Amino acid sequence: MDLNLTKDELQFRDELRAWLAANMPRDWNDWREKPLEESFPYLRAWQRKLQEGRWAAVSWPKEYGGRSATLMEQAIFWEEMARVEAPPMANSLGLGLIGPTIIAYGTEEQKKRYVPKILSAEEIWCQGFSEPNAGSDLASLQTEARLDGDAYIVNGQKVWTSYGWVGDWCELVVRTDPNVPKHKGLTVLLVDMKAHGVDVRPLRQMTGESEFNEIFFRDVRVPAANVLGKVNDGWNVAISTLAHERGAYGARLHLLFKRNIDRLIALAHTIQHNGKPAAQDPLIRQKLAQYYAEIEIMRLNQMRAFSRITATGVPGPEGSILKIFWSELNQRIQQFAQELLGPYGQLLGTDSRAVDHGIWSYGYLRTRGNTIEAGTSEIQRNIIGHFVLGLPRSY
Amino acid sequence: MQFGLSDSQQLLKDNARKFFAAECPMAQVRRLMETDTAYDAALWSKMAEQGFTGIIFPEEYDGAGLGKVELILLMEEMGRALVPGPFFSSVVLAGALLDATGSPEQKKKYLAPVCRGEARSTAAILEAGANWDLASLQISASKGKLTGEKLFVPDAAVADSIIVIARDGVFIVDADAPGIEITPMTGMDFTRKLYAVQFAGTPAEKLGAPSGLAKALDIATAALSAEMVGGMQRTLEITVEYAKTRKQFGKPIGVFQAVQHQCADMYLETESSRSAAYYAGWALEEHAPDAAVAVSIAKMYASDACRTVGNRGIQVHGGMGFTWENDLHLYYRRAKASETMFGDATFHRERIARFTVDSATSSAKSA
Repeated sequence: MDLNLTKDELQFRDELRAWLAANMPRDWNDWREKPLEESFPYLRAWQRKLQEGRWAAVSWPKEYGGRSATLMEQAIFWEEMARVEAPPMANSLGLGLIGPTIIAYGTEEQKKRYVPKILSAEEIWCQGFSEPNAGSDLASLQTEARLDGDAYIVNGQKVWTSYGWVGDWCELVVRTDPNVPKHKGLTVLLVDMKAHGVDVRPLRQMTGESEFNEIFFRDVRVPAANVLGKVNDGWNVAISTLAHERGAYGARLHLLFKRNIDRLIALAHTIQHNGKPAAQDPLIRQKLAQYYAEIEIMRLNQMRAFSRITATGVPGPEGSILKIFWSELNQRIQQFAQELLGPYGQLLGTDSRAVDHGIWSYGYLRTRGNTIEAGTSEIQRNIIGHFVLGLPRSY
Repeated sequence: MQFGLSDSQQLLKDNARKFFAAECPMAQVRRLMETDTAYDAALWSKMAEQGFTGIIFPEEYDGAGLGKVELILLMEEMGRALVPGPFFSSVVLAGALLDATGSPEQKKKYLAPVCRGEARSTAAILEAGANWDLASLQISASKGKLTGEKLFVPDAAVADSIIVIARDGVFIVDADAPGIEITPMTGMDFTRKLYAVQFAGTPAEKLGAPSGLAKALDIATAALSAEMVGGMQRTLEITVEYAKTRKQFGKPIGVFQAVQHQCADMYLETESSRSAAYYAGWALEEHAPDAAVAVSIAKMYASDACRTVGNRGIQVHGGMGFTWENDLHLYYRRAKASETMFGDATFHRERIARFTVDSATSSAKSA
C-alpha cells in the first residue's frame, strides 16, 4: 500500500497542470450556465483544443490518438479537470464509451472511418440502448433490424438518449433474431442519425430541461457493413460499452461533491439558526461531518477499486458499490442543503433571491435521477448479491 | 499510487487468518468468554511467538518493527476471529501509549516485556462521567500518588501494569501496587472484560513524553476500527452462507431481493469501513496531515456500520439469528462495546466538525 503518486503519475499530473494553466479557457464562466444548444460549438472547440495537446482521450491507445494512460492516470486526469472546473467535452459519450468499443470490436475500416472524427468532435455520438419497455431489463429490447439485401431495415423506439438532438451517429442495439433467448439475438449497429426515417424528439425531464431524447426509427436502412462486432453478439458489445460507464470518470465526482460540502459549510457560517450561525448547531454539525466523511470514503473506495483493476485487470468487488455510494450520498447532500436553506432552498435560478443562482433547487431535483440513471440502485444491489456475493439469481 | 496490499502485507493477513482459525476457533472463543478474564496463557504465548505482541514497536524494545498498516491487517483478522482476551488493551492501547509517551528507560522497563509477551498492560481513561473528551478528566496525581476511580478499563484483571490518563500527565502504576482495587464491570461483550479500578494513594510513575498521548490514542482508535471491520466481514460471510442454504417457499432465501439487498448493503458498509480503516492506518504511518481526521472518519463510519451490519445479519437469519447458539450475537455484542470505545459516531462527527467546519470560519466571511 502506497498512496503517494509514483514518479510517472506525478509527471503526468504536472504536464497536465501546465497544459491546463496555459490553455484553460478564460471565458468559460460566461458560457457555463447557458443551454447546451447554445454552448455546444464552444464545447466542440474546447475538445479540439484538448486533442491538439493529446488530452481528449487519455485512456485510448497511443496509436489511436490517446496516451495509453493507466487507470490511475485517468483518475488524475478527471480530478485535474474538475479542479480547474474545466468545461466538459462535446463528444463525451464518443470519447468515453463508444470510441473504446469501436476500437475493441470494430474492423480496421470502421476504426479508420469513425475514430478520428470522434476525437476531433467532428461527429458527435449518442447511444441507443434503453427502450420504453427495456430499462433495467435491457436484453428484452424490441427495436428490430431485418436484413434486406446489403442493409438492415430498422424499426423501433429508443429513450433516455443523451446528445440525441446533436448526434451524428448512434451506437444502436437492435434485435436481429427474435427466435433465440433474449441475450443471443442482439446486434450493435452504427447508425447515421441523418438517415431517412430517424426522428429525434426531446424528452422533458422533471428539472424542466431536456438532457435526453427519444429516438424513433421507421424503416431506416443501415448498411450491413455497419454492424459492430458480430451479428447476434450485440449483448457482449453493449456490455463492453456499459463497462466503460463505470470507469475512471467517477474520479472527478469527489471533487464536485467536495466543492458542494465546502460551500454548504461556508453557508452554515452565514445562515442563522435559533439566533446563532447554523455551523454552531450540533445537528447541522453532525450532518456536515457525516457528509464530509462519506465524500472522503467515496474517494477511498474509488482508489481501492482502481488499484484492484490495475493489479489484477478485473474490477474489484469495491467497484460495484461505487454507483450506489455516490448516487445515494449525492441525494442526501442535496436534501441536507434544502434543510439548511429552509424556504430559500426551493427558489429557482430565475428568482433574484435564489441562493447561489438556484444551484440547490436544481441539484435537489436533478440528483433525484442519480439512483435511477446508469443502473438503478436496485439493479446495482442485485449485481452485488449475485455476482459479488454469489447469491442465486432472483430473475 | 497503489491502495492494495503488498505481497508481504497479504502474507501477514493470510497467516494471521490461518493462525486464528487453528488456535482460536469459535469453540475456543465460547470457552474463553465464559471464564472470568477471557485470557488464555497458552494462546498468548503462541501469539507472542508469531511476533504479534510486538508488532509495531521498535526492535530495540523487542518489537517486530512493522507499520501501522500491518497492525490494521492483524486487527482485522483478530476481529474476524473474535479473539477474546487482552491483546487490544495490552499490545495496541497500552503498547502505543508506552511507545509514544514513555522515556527510553520506561520503554525498556514496561514496553519490552509486553512485546516479548511476558507482561500485559492496559490503560485507564474513562471516569464516572464516561466522557472521551480528555479535557473532562478529573483524576490527578498529587506528589506521585493517584487517588480516584477509573471505569471501563479493559482487561485490568490480567494486566501487570495500568497506564492512567490524568489531568496532569500520563502515569503508569503496578497492578499490585498498594491502594489499587480492581472490580469487574459486567458488560454485554463477554470476550473483552471491563473493570472499575480504584486508586487510593497509589504510587504512580509519570511517563516522560505526554505529548505523544493523542497520537497513541489515534493508533488505538484506528486499530479498533479495523477490528470492527473484521467483525463485519465475518457477520457478512455467515449471513451470505445462511442465505444460500436456508430454504423457505421451496427456495434458498437468498433468491429473494429483499434478502439480497440486505446482504448488498452489508457488503457496501463493510467495504467502505475497510477503505476508511486502511487509509487511517496508512495516514498514521506516513504522518499525513489529515491523519487525525482520517482516524475519526474510520471510527465514525465503522461505529454506525458495525451496528447496522449486525442488525441486517440477524434480520436475514430470522429466528435463528436470535438464538444463543448462533454466533452472530457474539459479534453483535462486541460491535456494541467497540462502538462506544474511544467515542461513538456522534463523538467523532463532532471531532470531524472541529477539524473541518470550524476551520472554515474565515473562508466563510469571504464567501
